[in-house]
Amino acid sequence: MSQDTAVYDAASEFQDRASISQRMQALLHKYPWLSSTMVLVVASIIFSFFNENFLTPSNISLILQQVAIVGAVAAGQTLIILTAGIDLSCGAIAVFSSMTMAKLVQGTPGEGVPAGWSIWLAFPIGLLVGMLGGAINGFLVTKVKLPPFIVTLGTFNVFLALTLTLTKGTVPSIEMDPFLLTLGHYVNLGPFRVTTGVLFMFAMYMVLAFVLRYTSWGRHVYAVGDDIDAARLAGISVNRVLMSVYVVAGLTFALAAWIVIGRVTVASPNTGGDLNLDAITAVVIGGTSLFGGRGTIFGSLIGAIIVGVFRNGLTLAGVDLYYQLLAIGLLIIFAVSVDQWIRKARK
Amino acid sequence: MSKKPILQAVGLAKSYGRVVALDGSDLELFPGEVLAVVGDNGAGKSTMIKCLSGAEVPDEGQIILDGQEVSFKRPQDGRHAGIETVYQTLAVAPALDIASNLFLGREMRKKGPLGSVFRMIDSSGMRKAAKEHIAALGIGTIQNITQAVETLSGGQRQAVAVARAAAFGQKVIILDEPTAALGVRESRQVLKLIESLRDRGMPVILISHNMPQVFEVADRIQVQRLGKRAAVVTPKSHSMNDVVAIMTGAMTVDKKDQALSSVR
Repeated sequence: MSQDTAVYDAASEFQDRASISQRMQALLHKYPWLSSTMVLVVASIIFSFFNENFLTPSNISLILQQVAIVGAVAAGQTLIILTAGIDLSCGAIAVFSSMTMAKLVQGTPGEGVPAGWSIWLAFPIGLLVGMLGGAINGFLVTKVKLPPFIVTLGTFNVFLALTLTLTKGTVPSIEMDPFLLTLGHYVNLGPFRVTTGVLFMFAMYMVLAFVLRYTSWGRHVYAVGDDIDAARLAGISVNRVLMSVYVVAGLTFALAAWIVIGRVTVASPNTGGDLNLDAITAVVIGGTSLFGGRGTIFGSLIGAIIVGVFRNGLTLAGVDLYYQLLAIGLLIIFAVSVDQWIRKARK
Repeated sequence: MSKKPILQAVGLAKSYGRVVALDGSDLELFPGEVLAVVGDNGAGKSTMIKCLSGAEVPDEGQIILDGQEVSFKRPQDGRHAGIETVYQTLAVAPALDIASNLFLGREMRKKGPLGSVFRMIDSSGMRKAAKEHIAALGIGTIQNITQAVETLSGGQRQAVAVARAAAFGQKVIILDEPTAALGVRESRQVLKLIESLRDRGMPVILISHNMPQVFEVADRIQVQRLGKRAAVVTPKSHSMNDVVAIMTGAMTVDKKDQALSSVR
């Protein structure tokens, strides 16, 4: 008799324990950005213990400025990863766009085009170059039916080569057009002092979040990433959706390039080296599934901020740069493990 | 004899490499009837349905809808022509909710500039309409329309797919093994739904392995064998054993004894 109740208690205890973890799983499943938000909050609290300057408005402003570029690229990257794709060429597209803008404004002295082009021509062309880069990726993915990983690994090298050809490997010393520097200006928001680039990045997220949440196109992006065959059978023009995703992403990369120019005040072929992987890192840490169909755009913003917070917080805590890399690496693995665990809730 | 078929296929052929899936098969669907298509595995049932719905393009043959020859290149084409299909593989997006799945590919827009300029979708309107469609089917087990489809059982997912076809089918509804994944109670609901579709005058093509179900709802039964139409019979003229015999080739039915025209 007593043995029976013991068994019963153990069983009920086990059930309780299982249900807590299951409830957690279900919650994360419903709100995939929740785990990254928790990481951000907990990390911020811990870092503020190590350095009292961490949670000051000026330091937060600094983090946001450091995050703006990666955040903007991650916005476009999110769209692609939501369709179960990946874009390794995002940074290369951004740099190529920025070089195009700068070079057109500068002109090529001594080669027959001494005067530069008008900024009102050079800027849209730079954006078009970004969209064209995305369109090339999209074409190879949808029409030639190559895996996005391979396509963008190839185009990453192509765009890098084009950039180096354009600049002959040097940083052009250019009198930068004031319009191109627009996103480098500072604005005061209460105690915070951020660049217009940060605000611009936030605006990009707002627009993309609206489109993903409230338009048919947004639903179709999720549906295509979720189950491409089901989406096709449901009557969605799958290739058209994929193509548009790559083009829109290309545009966001080009807009990110604009933020880059504002921040470093030159267009340099060397600025985008880390952007490719940093953007993917931000998206993954932000809870978007690499298998597609699951995640939110704001998660990527949080993911980008987490990376910025870790870099900044570990620096303020006096941690060696090498260990910062280690921390980010572990963070990625943690984020993907959580994603895998969440996906198991799919019964 | 006088009734003209709403959907007709003549000499449909389709091969995948060297595998001949369809070898010149015919089909006639008459207004207001339930036509069951049965056959052994590999008899070409699913391939024929895919050709009729636009998911596959036949190598040869004609498809005539409402007296006009049509050629579908994509599932959208079939859908635009008024043919809705519920596929054997559950064609739903798991992470999206029920309402989104019901309206996937034809979302409702908000009225006014919000819809026309900003292209906002009418989520609440779709939820309301989805609720009505689900209720019309009598699928009581689905309580929350904002549930992600992946949280539903296989049967409930199929019910969502059937509800989608029923909500949007204009001329023909094709159901490919709709009850294969369903429990007894949900199967009954789908059968009831098929009957109510017929009562509304909607022609239905039903692919099924389940003979009792076929004999319960079908007006005519087309038996496929080796990529061809072996015979068309009715539940009254032939028994289940006869149909199985035709499927396996143990029995042939003379043309004049077949039910090649409408029986309703």
